[in-house]
Amino acid sequence: MADKGLAQKVRDTQIWKSIFRHGPPDNARNRAAVVAGNVFLHLHPIKLKKSGVQLGYTWCMGGLTFFVFLALTVTGVLLMFYYRPTAEYAFNDIVALREHVPLGIMREIHRWGAHAMVITVWLHMFRVFMTGSYKPPREFNWGVGVVLLVLTMLLSFTGYLLPWDQLAIWAIAVGANMAKATPFLGHGGPGAALAQLGDFVMVSDKNDVRYQLLGGRFVGEPALLRFYILHCVFIPLVVGTLIAVHFWRVRKDGGISAPL
Amino acid sequence: MAERVSLNRREFFSFLTVGWVAFTAAAAGLLSMAFRYSYPNVDFEPEMDFMAGRPASYEEGVDERWKNSYGVWIVKSEDKMYALSVICTHLGCVPNWRAAERKFKCPCHGSGFYSTGVNFEGPAPRPLERFAINLTPTGEILVDKTKVYRQELGQWGNPGAYISV
Repeated sequence: MADKGLAQKVRDTQIWKSIFRHGPPDNARNRAAVVAGNVFLHLHPIKLKKSGVQLGYTWCMGGLTFFVFLALTVTGVLLMFYYRPTAEYAFNDIVALREHVPLGIMREIHRWGAHAMVITVWLHMFRVFMTGSYKPPREFNWGVGVVLLVLTMLLSFTGYLLPWDQLAIWAIAVGANMAKATPFLGHGGPGAALAQLGDFVMVSDKNDVRYQLLGGRFVGEPALLRFYILHCVFIPLVVGTLIAVHFWRVRKDGGISAPL
Repeated sequence: MAERVSLNRREFFSFLTVGWVAFTAAAAGLLSMAFRYSYPNVDFEPEMDFMAGRPASYEEGVDERWKNSYGVWIVKSEDKMYALSVICTHLGCVPNWRAAERKFKCPCHGSGFYSTGVNFEGPAPRPLERFAINLTPTGEILVDKTKVYRQELGQWGNPGAYISV
């Protein structure tokens, strides 16, 4: 029996075999097992067309968007170690993140990443639209993508308030007034005046959608807390779930679209 | 074997239906609870009406003492007093009173208003709103922000939109 190389000895250890449940990917069966046996890769198809990885066709924009989303998740979690969402601390903690913490660029990475993600999402949608990849059987996944676009912009909007400076407060004051103008649901919107019984106003600034969004009639501490929870917990959970659906449907709807 | 079957096919499906109806009702109940949950019973925002002192304590011009606490400017002219809302009619920011230029100027998008509240520059589409203002029997000013008077609707001359001094 020939002396085995070191690499083969490592592959023969129980530790290696318990982690990787298949042989080296040097044949079609094992290469399929690599994808099918890995929780992170199993959303992907086992095989794809060579044209599916053509950068000139896909721009890898969906992949880049996901990469930026992961970077934002990591930097966002790191920022949460120093940031307290209260009127007393929020702004000072933002300054401290730059001045008192090593690698004070962490917040800038998060901010630039947020801008980058909005851009890559739009470019991804542009590519999908121009290549006609929204057509059946992929029309459901286009719908999922549109929801993800809206959620991406809601993540940007809710994150906008967290620095708690003048720009943040007044930008959210202006943005929240769009909720005030919602038909029937906002007290300044069309239809709100119709929902009035004599002197009793049914849609007022105390019970409309803007109040629900801000936790008050104007941008105050309850709004800061609500936006913080939405930004750090609620929307990311929804986005993460929909990303899984999105990737899975890419595979089930015939794989990533490619030149015909 | 057959005696273990206590549920026939039809009964099974009716149980299933009851189960799904109950589940849907519970889910809808939970959703509506979550919706109501987002509207607190108590908030810590300023009251919608407040006593603003006696007219004699105001000098002619724009008074900013209630701006931060209640969002109201009390403006006194030769023969009238009125309560102006500090909310810009463009997109809802709070303008600043520039005494030297005798105008309200919104820092967000540059809307300008005279001390009467009438807009004259920038994107604001209509004048600032006025709140109901009245004198109590004891001679104090009562401002009620739940009643709004709008110039473009011809309401600034209505009783309650101003007090005579």
